[in-house]
Parts: sequence; C-alpha cells; structure tokens
Amino acid sequence: MGIENIVFLLVLIAASLLFARNVQRIKKNINLGRDIDRTDRKGERWKTMAMVALGQSKMVKRPVAGFLHILVYVGFVLINIEVLEIVIDGVFGTHRILSLLGGFYDVLIASFEVLALLVLLACVVFLIRRNLVRVQRFFKPEMKGWPSLDGNLILIFEIALMTALLMMNGADQVLQARGAEHYASAGSFPISEALFGSWFTGLSTESLIFIERFTWWFHIVGILGFLNYLPISKHFHIILAFPNTWYSNLNAKGRFNNLESVTNEVKLMMDPNADPFAAPDPNAAPPERFGAKDVTDLNWVQIMGAYSCTECGRCTSECPANQTGKKLSPRKIMMDVRDRADEIGKLKAQKQEDEIDKKFLLGDYITEEELWACTSCNACTEACPVNIDPLGIILDLRRYLVMEESKAPQELNLMFGNIENNGAPWQFSMADRLNWKDE
Amino acid sequence: MSQALHVPTMAEMAAKGESPEVLFWVGCAGSFDDRAKKITKAFVQILNKCNVKFAVLGTEESCTGDPAKRAGNEFLFQMQAFANIEVMNGYGVKKVVTACPHCFNTLKNEYPELGGNFEVVHHTSFINDLFNSGRLIIEGGSFRGKRITYHDACYLGRANGVYEAPRNLIKKLDAELVEMKRCRTKGLCCGAGGAQMFKEPEKGDKDVNIERIEDALETKPNIVATGCPFCNTMMTDGVKNKEKEEDVKVLDIVEMIATAQDML
Repeated sequence: MGIENIVFLLVLIAASLLFARNVQRIKKNINLGRDIDRTDRKGERWKTMAMVALGQSKMVKRPVAGFLHILVYVGFVLINIEVLEIVIDGVFGTHRILSLLGGFYDVLIASFEVLALLVLLACVVFLIRRNLVRVQRFFKPEMKGWPSLDGNLILIFEIALMTALLMMNGADQVLQARGAEHYASAGSFPISEALFGSWFTGLSTESLIFIERFTWWFHIVGILGFLNYLPISKHFHIILAFPNTWYSNLNAKGRFNNLESVTNEVKLMMDPNADPFAAPDPNAAPPERFGAKDVTDLNWVQIMGAYSCTECGRCTSECPANQTGKKLSPRKIMMDVRDRADEIGKLKAQKQEDEIDKKFLLGDYITEEELWACTSCNACTEACPVNIDPLGIILDLRRYLVMEESKAPQELNLMFGNIENNGAPWQFSMADRLNWKDE
Repeated sequence: MSQALHVPTMAEMAAKGESPEVLFWVGCAGSFDDRAKKITKAFVQILNKCNVKFAVLGTEESCTGDPAKRAGNEFLFQMQAFANIEVMNGYGVKKVVTACPHCFNTLKNEYPELGGNFEVVHHTSFINDLFNSGRLIIEGGSFRGKRITYHDACYLGRANGVYEAPRNLIKKLDAELVEMKRCRTKGLCCGAGGAQMFKEPEKGDKDVNIERIEDALETKPNIVATGCPFCNTMMTDGVKNKEKEEDVKVLDIVEMIATAQDML
C-alpha cells in the first residue's frame, strides 16, 4: 500500500462518515412527523416500489424526459459497478481488479462506456431544456435561486464525472497499448478511444499517466463529493424514491383518511349514554391538534415525501389551479415542508428550541390563498413519478384552519352551516328533498 | 315519451316489509339543483323502464359530508357520515347507486371505516350492468353519429379508476366518441372539486372550467358528456361563456341514454 492508497482510504472513510451523518440528519427531520403505520399489504408495496421506483413506470408518461431520465438512471446504477472496482483499486493499488472476469470484463467496460456517453448526452439535453428551451415548469416562482442552481449543478456535476471517466479510460487504453508499467491490458474502450484516441496517442507516457491519475482521482473524489451533495440537494430523490414508493398511499386516490381523533369526539357526542359532566381522564394524553399547522403535525411519510421530491414540477404543471394562474403549486407545498423540516432540525441541533414556535409551516411558508385554490382533483398525485402526495398535506392544513381556527372562506362557512342545519350545502330544507319527483 | 315517475322511498318499502335491490342515493345536487334534477329523473326513467326494484331515502337522505370533508371540516363530515350510516344500516342497505361521483367516492371509500359497508356503484356502471344482463336495450336514436366528447370527473376517474363505463355507454349510442387531449388519468378538473363548487375561485388569470371547456371545444363536439352534476354545471357555464349554447350541449350520459330510448 503506497501513500496514494492511504490518502484514498482516508478520503473514502471521511466521505462515508460525512454521508452517514447527513443521512442521520435527514432521518431525524423525517421523524419530526407523527407516527403512521404503512406496513400493511407488503406484497403490493414491494410491487409498487418495483414498478414505480425501480421500473420508472410513471416517468415514461412523459416520453422525452422519461427516456432521457432512464438513460441517466440506468447509467448511474450500472456505472456504480465500475465505482466498486475503482474503490478496490484505490485501496489496494491494483489496476482494474475486475479484469479477472476475463472476456466478460471487456463487454462490461465497453457497455459502461456507451452508458457514460448516453448519460453525458442526456445531461446536456437536460441542461438545454432547463436553460435554452426553458421548459415552463422549471420557471415557476418557487424555482428562483437555489432550486434552479441546484438543478443545473447536478447536471454539470454528472457531465464532469462522465467526462472524467471517459478521459481516464482513454488514457488508460493508450497506456495499456504502450505496455506502460502498472497498466496491464484489460477492458475494451470503444467510446473513449473514439473521443480521445487521436489526441492521447500524441501525448507522452508521463502526460498520459498524469491524465489517467488526475481523472481517476477527479472521478472518485467527485463521486464522493456528489454523495455528500445529495443530502443538501433535491437530488436525494435517488435514494428516497425507493422507500417513498414503498410507503406510498395504496388506497383509492379519492379516499381521504378519517381523523380518528375526530371520530372519538363525534362518537362521544352522539352517544346518548355518555356522561356530559364526566371529568376527563387525568392520565389521558393532551388532545392532539386537529389537522396540521406545522410539519410536526404531519406524519413522517408526508415529510419523507418532501425529502423525496426532486422538484421536477410535473405535479404543478398538471395542477388545474396553477395552470389558471392561482398561487397554488403542489411542488412548492413539498418544498416548503422540506425547508421547514430542515429549519426545525437545525434549530433543534443548535439547542434553540424556543425559536421553533416563532414560525409555522402554515402562514410563514404556505399561505391560505394557496390552500383554498386546491380542487382536490388528484392531478398532482397522479403526475408524481415517485408517488408523493401533496394533496394530503393541503387537506391537513385546511383541517387545521377550519377546525382549530374557524378560518374558512365565508362562502364555505355558509356551506358548513347549511349542511349542519338542513343537510345540504345549499339552503334547502331537508323536507323538500323529494320534491323533484313531482315537479 | 315521458312516463310518470315511480319513486318509492325506503320507508314505504320497509312499511310493506320489502327491501329494494338497490338504494338510489340522489345526492344534494340531484335533489335540489334544477339542472341536476333532470339527470335524476332521467335515471329514474331508466330504473322504472328496466323494472329495477329501487328506493330512495327521500327526506331521510342528508349530505354525505363530502364538501365539508374536502374543505377541512372533518367534524361535520363525520357527523353527517354517522347519521347517514345509521339510517342506511337501519334499513339494511346492501347496495347503493348514485349519479354523483362525490357521493359515490365518499360512500364507497370513506364510509366503510365508520361502519357503513355497502356496495357502491356509479350510475354509469349500473346502467352498463343493466345492459350487459339484458335488462336494458340501448339504441342510439338521435345520438347516432354525433360527435361526443367525454369529460372525466376527477372523483370517478383518477379517484376511483372508473374510466370505461361511461365511455362504453357513449359507444353503445353509436356515437363518435372523440377524446380531449387531456383525458382519463390526465383529465383536467372542471374546477368544482374540493368544495370549490361553493366558493369563488382564488385570484388567477382564468377560471378552470374555461380552460377545460376549451379542451372540449377543440374536439368540435356536438355534445359534451359528463357523469357528475358539478362537472355538468361547470361545463355548461363554460359553453355559455364561449357563446356556444346553440352548437354544443352538455348532457349527463344517463340523459342521453334515456332520451335515445325515448323515455324523456
């Protein structure tokens, strides 16, 4: 083991520890949410995850973006096999350790090269869509600043990584052909040869070793850096897409949950044998808030959804309210939940708990105007490629507004009053319900 | 040929010691809204014609609580739900049919957990079954060859996956079913869901129903077909807004079936 290997090992360990810490932070933030049991129907959950996350079934509903995304996704997953090799080589100072696979190794490396090129091209197209074609959903108000930069950085990162990988291979291939020491012949490099072959064959062996080493380091340190960029970026979806689809809502989309806390109250109210003067059980837990005012009132699956969101904006572009110029954007709802969870997590870590209640998700992040624009049509949940549910959050926030603060728009209060008094949202008497028969 | 409607109530049936094969849940729109009442009557014509032994709750029916729930008033929703469930369980109701996707969704999905376990079907599915079992013969009549586009109700389509039943009926009318660019899972809301029906929309640059009627008019239809009283209202308003009342009719599918069979 040379000094280079020791340095590599240290970098690897440091990056892994840092990543573990970042993941812990996000896990803590997700656990700010209330408990919910989503472990029923396991078979169906595995199937949903296999179809939606692994199989990208909802991505391809938009064929262009879907196809390009599959290239990047498949490329990312498979090229990780090569990263495994790079890590082993880095620790033990070997050269292309997996070449012991023989002829299959050539096939493997050649296909990685093709994939790397496809990933690179897909990322270029994505950049063009974001910056030149200016696909509308990337230019909504919530995308200003960091979210937009984040999207571009990820693509540039990936282009740089793939370029480094191909340059490394290109240099390696020429070194192998020259029989340079340490560079035993292994692998097949159709793409890098085509791209860099004529340039690299003109370079000295020292320059090539420098290029090979530099790009090797750039690539692996880049990947480790990227790994640690994930937790501060929307790109964390590559990890959370899997659990998020596994835990997703499997019920009919139209079914909204019945609040158990309300059921208990209503049953008590309708029970003729209930003692109206009974003192509450002194050991009973304080009643929980009806609906949600802050992320801590949501359940953890809802917060996980926020961290799974990669801000693609398909929800927002399908939202009827957003399309007609209303302020509501389902993507913004998810981004707000994530940002608020981040904020609470940070305040807790800094032991500034008393600062937490100075702000709330409702009001400081999400306005009532946004909430009341929702038609509950489920276009957003249908559109989300990883089964995030912004509608459930909108409903919970409305519940808080109505049941804790009586802050519904006036017309809705009238509607409530009508239902309560005469069993219909309009002011018609229940006794007239059958009048249509004789009209 | 309009026949006098025969509309027995659950109470009347119970008094005679009978029970219907299905409860027709009329819903608030179907009971009170002038336009939706026509849909209700058209459906009853079909039920009568096919000798379906049905009943309504009449004055014992109350709002399912759907708009209250979507607006966030879970309290009111559950009060309504428990009261309705008590009435329905009291009559031993097993099967419910309704012409309103909102009632359909609530009764089907949200009542079971609160003790109301019924088989719930939308009227388009019910009519399909009548046809399939040979109880109803569907002729195209005046709808033969007409261009008809179908607007998916969110609470029927995306919410519950019912896409084909309404379309099958349109095809049985020998009509030309033309799809809007956004249909089925991608169908655009009419703008009335989530209790929007009962309030003014938030500030924006367009009303949702205008956006949707533009989708519909693009298909150059003679008729915009709906399966929801709220969608019907929104689409009708949209047609009026575009001053197309002369050329384009907005009809519930059940109205078309009944008209074609000369029942209305």
